[in-house]
Amino acid sequence: MSGAKEIRTQIKSIKNTQKITKAMEMVAASKMRKAQDRMLATRPYAEKIRQVIGHVAMAQAEYRHPYLEEREVKRVGMIIVSTDRGLCGGLNINLFKKAVGAMREWHGQGIEVDLCLVGNKALGFFKRLGGNVVSKVTHMGDQPRLNDLIGTIKVMLDAYDEGRIDRLFLVENEFVNTMTQRPRVTTLLPLVPSEEEELKHHWDYIYEPDTKPVLDTLLTRYIESVVYQGVVENVACEMAARMVAMKSASDNAGELINELQLVYNKARQAAITQEISEIVSGAAAV
Amino acid sequence: MAMTFHVDIVSAEESIYSGTAQMVVAPAEGGEVGILPRHAQYIAKLKPGEVRVKVSESGEEHHIFISGGLLEVQPHVVTILADTAVRAKDLDEAEAKEAMRRAEAALADKKADFDYAKAQAELVEAAARLRMIEKMRQHKG
Repeated sequence: MSGAKEIRTQIKSIKNTQKITKAMEMVAASKMRKAQDRMLATRPYAEKIRQVIGHVAMAQAEYRHPYLEEREVKRVGMIIVSTDRGLCGGLNINLFKKAVGAMREWHGQGIEVDLCLVGNKALGFFKRLGGNVVSKVTHMGDQPRLNDLIGTIKVMLDAYDEGRIDRLFLVENEFVNTMTQRPRVTTLLPLVPSEEEELKHHWDYIYEPDTKPVLDTLLTRYIESVVYQGVVENVACEMAARMVAMKSASDNAGELINELQLVYNKARQAAITQEISEIVSGAAAV
Repeated sequence: MAMTFHVDIVSAEESIYSGTAQMVVAPAEGGEVGILPRHAQYIAKLKPGEVRVKVSESGEEHHIFISGGLLEVQPHVVTILADTAVRAKDLDEAEAKEAMRRAEAALADKKADFDYAKAQAELVEAAARLRMIEKMRQHKG
């Protein structure tokens, strides 16, 4: 009977695990919805700024901001956005693969890469792998604040201003839908004004205090908002990935329980049969 | 009917206000500015302060505090791109330094790295063990 008892305890422990994974799945589902809302809420700001920048860049042809100008690449910067916690399937690993692939390409051309890491997972990964980490920010929580990002972004922007890096990339996950998150690399700097906004209007703004400070602020804010958007989108991705991972974990646990239940029943039956046969043979002997 | 225009107040984190208004007063760096319908195209930096949005003739007003940002005016649309926090150059500087220091501290922390690697090795071993048990069970079943 000892075999049956062991199986029973195992079933119990798997049931407990299943309870946990189920709970995590539901928590992730509700957090995902909130994260998605937050993701949508950040869009108008970035869109608006993009419009204004496009307009200003078009209207002020004589003044070229360094952020808008392409230059020869000697060193590049990468902002890599990962999650703080694990148990979210292959989300982070896929992202790192993409990032490492891009880094390798640059290394192949003899170009060094500076890294700026967001999230604990990226830090752990690049600490093991090695890499030139210039700044990091972790423990942003489920509701990241732009404030927490400002410093990290400024490090990279300063590096760009001083010519230490000539290009800045953002590596993060794109939220396609609940089932799919795709890692992507986007260029933050230099900014290429969108072509579709060909001079439709021939007016210019009145600037206060002047063109330069206004454009400076605009561009900095824009980069910040894009990175922030990336971080928020990554949270949505994390939650979606975790939800899916936990769902399959719960399903697997269910399957395992079913299998074990069968084994347990067989063991129990065998024990009973044995007992009966023992009694019968005992009675026959009398 | 009085002339109105559309006002959007957005920050990087959320949309704060959206609606029509008759007048908007915002704290530009050079002093407060009042924007009425058909104002010329105008763009200004804002300092921390109060934005007043006058919605109707009856004097209904919204007061929104912003901690700086940008004001953009087009003839029928006014957009305020609000900052999420008080921003000052030296404050940003301090944040940047802090971020860099954190990165260095994290990299210097070799002990944490070791623990992490060890934990991972243990995890791999445990997983291998589980696989083994699974296989044995299948064999028996």
